[in-house]
This record gives sequence, structure tokens and C-alpha cells, in this order.
Amino acid sequence: MPTLEIDSVNKSYGDLRALRDMTFDVRAGEIFGFVGSNGAGKSTTMRIVLGVLAADGGAVRWDGAPIDADTRRRIGYMPEERGLYPRMKVADQLVYLARLHGMGADAARASMERWTQTLGIAERRGEEVLKLSLGNQQRVQLAAALVHEPDILVLDEPFSGLDPVAVDVMSGVLREQADAGRPVVFSSHQLELVERISDRVGIVRSGSMVAVGGIDELRRTELRRWTVEGPPGEDWVSGVADVRVVPGSGTGSGTGPSRTVVEELPSAAPDVDQAVLRAALAAGPVREFTLVRPSLTELYRDVVNAEPTPVPAEETATTSEDAA
Amino acid sequence: MSTERSLSAGSAIRLVASREVRTRLASKGFIWITVAFVVVIVLGGLLLKLTGSSDSTQHVALTPDTASAAAQVQATGTGVGVTVETQEVADRAAGEALVRSGDVDAVLVQTSPTLEIVVKQTLDDPLTSVFGSLAQQLALGSAVSDLGGDPAQVAEQIATAKPAITSLEPQPEHDGGQIVAGVIVGILLFVALMNAGQLVAQGVVEEKTSRVVELLLATLRPWQLMAGKVLGIGLVGLVQLVVVVGAAVATALGFGVLDASSLDVGSVAVWALVWFVVGFATYALVLAALAALVSRQEDIGSVTGPVIGLMIVPYIIGISIAPYDPENTIVVVLSYIPFAAPFVMPIRQALGSAEGWEVALSLGLSLAVIPVLVWLAGRIYSNAVLYAGGRVRLKDALAGR
Repeated sequence: MPTLEIDSVNKSYGDLRALRDMTFDVRAGEIFGFVGSNGAGKSTTMRIVLGVLAADGGAVRWDGAPIDADTRRRIGYMPEERGLYPRMKVADQLVYLARLHGMGADAARASMERWTQTLGIAERRGEEVLKLSLGNQQRVQLAAALVHEPDILVLDEPFSGLDPVAVDVMSGVLREQADAGRPVVFSSHQLELVERISDRVGIVRSGSMVAVGGIDELRRTELRRWTVEGPPGEDWVSGVADVRVVPGSGTGSGTGPSRTVVEELPSAAPDVDQAVLRAALAAGPVREFTLVRPSLTELYRDVVNAEPTPVPAEETATTSEDAA
Repeated sequence: MSTERSLSAGSAIRLVASREVRTRLASKGFIWITVAFVVVIVLGGLLLKLTGSSDSTQHVALTPDTASAAAQVQATGTGVGVTVETQEVADRAAGEALVRSGDVDAVLVQTSPTLEIVVKQTLDDPLTSVFGSLAQQLALGSAVSDLGGDPAQVAEQIATAKPAITSLEPQPEHDGGQIVAGVIVGILLFVALMNAGQLVAQGVVEEKTSRVVELLLATLRPWQLMAGKVLGIGLVGLVQLVVVVGAAVATALGFGVLDASSLDVGSVAVWALVWFVVGFATYALVLAALAALVSRQEDIGSVTGPVIGLMIVPYIIGISIAPYDPENTIVVVLSYIPFAAPFVMPIRQALGSAEGWEVALSLGLSLAVIPVLVWLAGRIYSNAVLYAGGRVRLKDALAGR
């Protein structure tokens, strides 16, 4: 299966190092969610993949070969800053963009008709983009990324500004594209959404990839933790070897039912969870016993806050608009 | 699925250019400007014809007493540069009736002993000189007869007598037709170049403002986008100018307002188009590059202003001095300099003052500058067009930072 490889890409704007050895792969048929704070380098990476920006160093490869202009025409791109000709009609615009990506006139028209139909904007074909609602403009933007039947999708915040119905349409399209064997990279600040639809996630901080992997892989913590609800107090935990109570996690030390978070120590055996459960049952009725798996949001916070790096002034200026 | 997607530079440029052409031709503004141009040209020609015709031909009625002087009146008119048409009337009363109704300008009622003329209010200047000259001839003729000479022979000798003039710096005569043609060519070229140049600047900024440029540059090289835009708008501008110049030529020939004997209207028109192409290439490249430095329509003026200033100077000199004094040193110098030549040289050509080698030199210099501009503009445009937000400094765009 062909893979889109981003290999040790570096980019500086003057003194600001936007990307430091940015490295990750997106395999054919998978949805790759790209997360990170504003100014972390997501858009810069995508723009380099598209050749809109030139990298200072490193390589972008598709199927093992450095990406060139002809390969780039097979990428469907949705820039962070949305852009279409405001006074051009939807149909003309999409046909024009398809043709600029090397499609013939007839194929371009047929594809425009198919995508406007799929995305529910067929009746808007004759209207100028300027006159459409924001949601419909977004759909046209997505159609613009798909109209040339790309083999790779690179979408910079495709979900921003979408209503819940449009989010479903967009997610459905991304899944279809991935199922058709295309690699799909998208960035988003909506972490629950990323968690739900991505096959793999990359978390980027200060221009470098700091965590990358499947959602389950990432959520697996080094030391297992369990939430135990039911037995009163936390004293029962001291009877189990190689575990401890996570300080401040419990809801009470009294006699009523309570909630306790237990963490294994590095020396613990694989079946220590059974010992914990037995001890809990001995202390009182157990209503819930769950392995704690941090959400992407929690992971993201941990990773991003791990090493606070000074954010350059010019980037803080742009953080407010899409902090959602 | 993995279809090869190649797009040659040629087809990329053609696609961009044809979008420009379709967009401009469909715009109402473009159509109205063209129509307005044509209307102004045709009405101007009509006005010129109406005012011109009332001056040119004078109508004189002759009574039976003076009918024999018809040839003499017309000949005298030709001598002083006035076209005189004569017509015979039955008697003085009939002639006076025609004068009152304005059908004729004057009635000649007797030639001897003195010339007697009836007019409505006053005798027009052209006729005053015609009749003044005629009266002198008649008086001279009768004096010559009295002295026993032959008035016809004397008249012929007078007519052929001329001073011999040696001119140290002969200046070719420019007739009204050439001057009018020169001024019209100058104005048309300025308006057309200014209009097309502004369209290029606006088009570049529109793509930046709407951010569509990022989508385009994911499949096009910046120079292809710029070249397509410049070519497309240039083509539209040329079509517009062909229509307007065509209307001007048709007006000139159809109404006969320009004296075609000293003026080759067709060649002036063709040269105007050639100079439009040269001037457009020059200015469009500069404007495209400068417009790429800004991100908002409101800022266009700040970068295009100096360029428009650069256009206005040769234009003003071109239309205010060149038509009347095409050999003026400033005019001649400007007609060679790239950027100025497209506004000045076509005026000199309309006046017939430019030699073939001068046109070739001027054209050669202007064309030689274009490759340099292509390189410079391509560099500035490529480096600046993706920067949104503030204004890019020219120095940074050139350096590629």
C-alpha cells in the first residue's frame, strides 16, 4: 500500500523555527488526525506537502518517491484559509479547479455534477459562491478538494465552522475516501471528533511530532489505573500488594459508598487487577470497576503541557480566532 | 485510481487565461465601458462632421446678371481655400428669399461697376475673402482693359507669381486630420492601458484577498498563474481596443471627417494596436508584481499609484505637445524610452513624423525590456503572492524572504 511520508521536514520563518524534524506517515486507507495548538506547525506541514511552501530541509514522499508537481495534482487540498473566487459560479469554479488538476473538460463536468450532488449543493451550481450560506460555502470548498478525484486528501481543519449535520456529512466523506484506499490527513481542534473518526492520531508541539499512533495505542498508559466504585473508604486498597491509591482521586474516606482510583506500581504482576477486584468485593458491593483510559483531550493536555515552550509573539496574535 | 495528472505549462496558462477572458467578457462593466467608448467615438466623429461641413462649403446664388461670373467666383474661392457652390436664381427677389431661408449664404446681384452682395445679416469670413479677392480682380481687370491689356493674361501671371522660399529647418506640414488622429490615438492608448493594467492589479489582489491563490498554487506554479492572468486580460483589452479603434476608423472613413490624403488611417490603427500590446506587456507585468505585495483591495492604490504616475507623464506630454510639434526634443526622446514610448511613438507615427528606423529602434528597446520585466515580476510575484495580511516590502519580495 502506498504511503505518504513526511520525513524530517524543517522550516523556519526568519528566526522562528516553525518545523523541527517533522516526521510521520499516513498509510493508504487510513484517516490520520493531526492535532496541536495554534502555531504548532500543522498548517505549515500541510502547505509543504502541497508545495505551496518550500521546506528548508527534509522530504515528502508518496509511494517511496519524492512528491512532484504531477503527484501534487492528485492531492485534494482544503487550505486553512478558505478560498474560492467569490464572484464565480459554483459549477464553473469546480470545473475550472478540476481542469487545473489535469482533468479533461467532460470528466471535470461529470465529477462536478457528482460531487455537488453528493454534498447536497446541486441546486446551487448556478449561484455565485459569494451568495451562499457559510455552510454551503464550506461544502463547495470540500467539493473543490474532491472534484479532481484525488488519490490523497490533505484537509486543514475541514470541520471548523460546520453545523452538526455537516460534520456528519464531512465525517462520512472522509471515511468513504479512506475506505476507497486513500490516505486522509486532517487537522482539527475538536478532539472528541478526532478521537471518534481517526484511525491514527499525531500530536504536534512546537514544530515536532511528539506522539503518534493508533487511538488505543496512545490511550494505553504506562501504569494501569482502575476506577473502583462502591466500597467505602480507601483503606481496603492497602491489603493489595504492588498498588496504591492515586492521591486526591477518591471521593471520601467515610463509611458510605465511594469512588477510588487505584494505580499499579511498576513491580505489579499482569493479574494484579484481579487482586484489586477481590479486595474491593471483600470491602463492599462493587458497582463499577473500570480500566482508566485517558481521552485524547487528556492525552493532548499532558503532551502539550509537558514542556511549555515560549510561543512567539506573532503567533499568539492569531490564536484567538480558531481556539475552539 | 492512480491516474497520471500531468498539466503542461502551456495548458495551465491557457486554462488560466481563458478563465480571465470568460470572466471579463461576461462582466457588465466591461461591456458598458466598451459601448461607451464606441458611442463617444461615433458621436465625436458626427460632431466633427457637422461643425466641419457648415464651414467648408459656401452657397452663393447668382442672378441672371451675374450668372456669367459663376466660374470666376468658384475659382476665386479655390484660390483662397474656400469651397463655393453657386446656383442660378430667376431674379434678385428669388435670391433674397433663399438668403432669408438660409438655403444660401449670399446673393451676388451685380458685378459692375461694383460688386453688390445681399446677405441675411453679415457676410461670413470665408465669403468676405472670396468676394474681396473677386472685387480686386474685377477692378484690376477693368484697369488693365482701360490700359489696353488683356485682363485674362494678367490674371494668369498674377496667379502664378510666387515668392521663392528657402527654409533652413523645414517643418513638415501637419494637417488637422493628422492632429486629430494623433490626439485620439494618444487618449485611446492611455485609457486602454490604464484600464487593462488596473484589471490585472485587481485580479491579482482578488485572488490574494479571497485566498483562492493557495488552492491554485497547489497545482500551478506562480509564474504560470501570473502569465495566464496577464495574457487573458491582455487579450480582452486588445479585443476591446480593436472594437473601439475599428469604430474610430469606420467613423473617420464613413463620415469622411479625416483627410485621408495625408493620413493612412489603417496603418495608424494597426500601430495603435501594436503599441497597446507592447505597453500592456510592460505595465501589466509591473502591476501584477506590485499588486502581489498587498492583500486588500483598498491597498491597491498605494502600489499602483506610482505606476499610474509613470503612465501619466508621457501621456500628457504625448497629447499636449506631440500632435503640434512632433519633432520637439522631449517628445522625440520619450518616444524612444520604454514605458513612455507606447504613449508617444504612436502619436508621432500618426503625424507622419517618425522615420522607419526610429519606430524600429523604439519598438526594439521596449521589447528588450520585457524579458527583464518577466524575470523581475515573476520573482516578486512568486515570493509575495502567498503572504496574507500585511504588505510585503518590495525588497523582501525580491530577496525571496
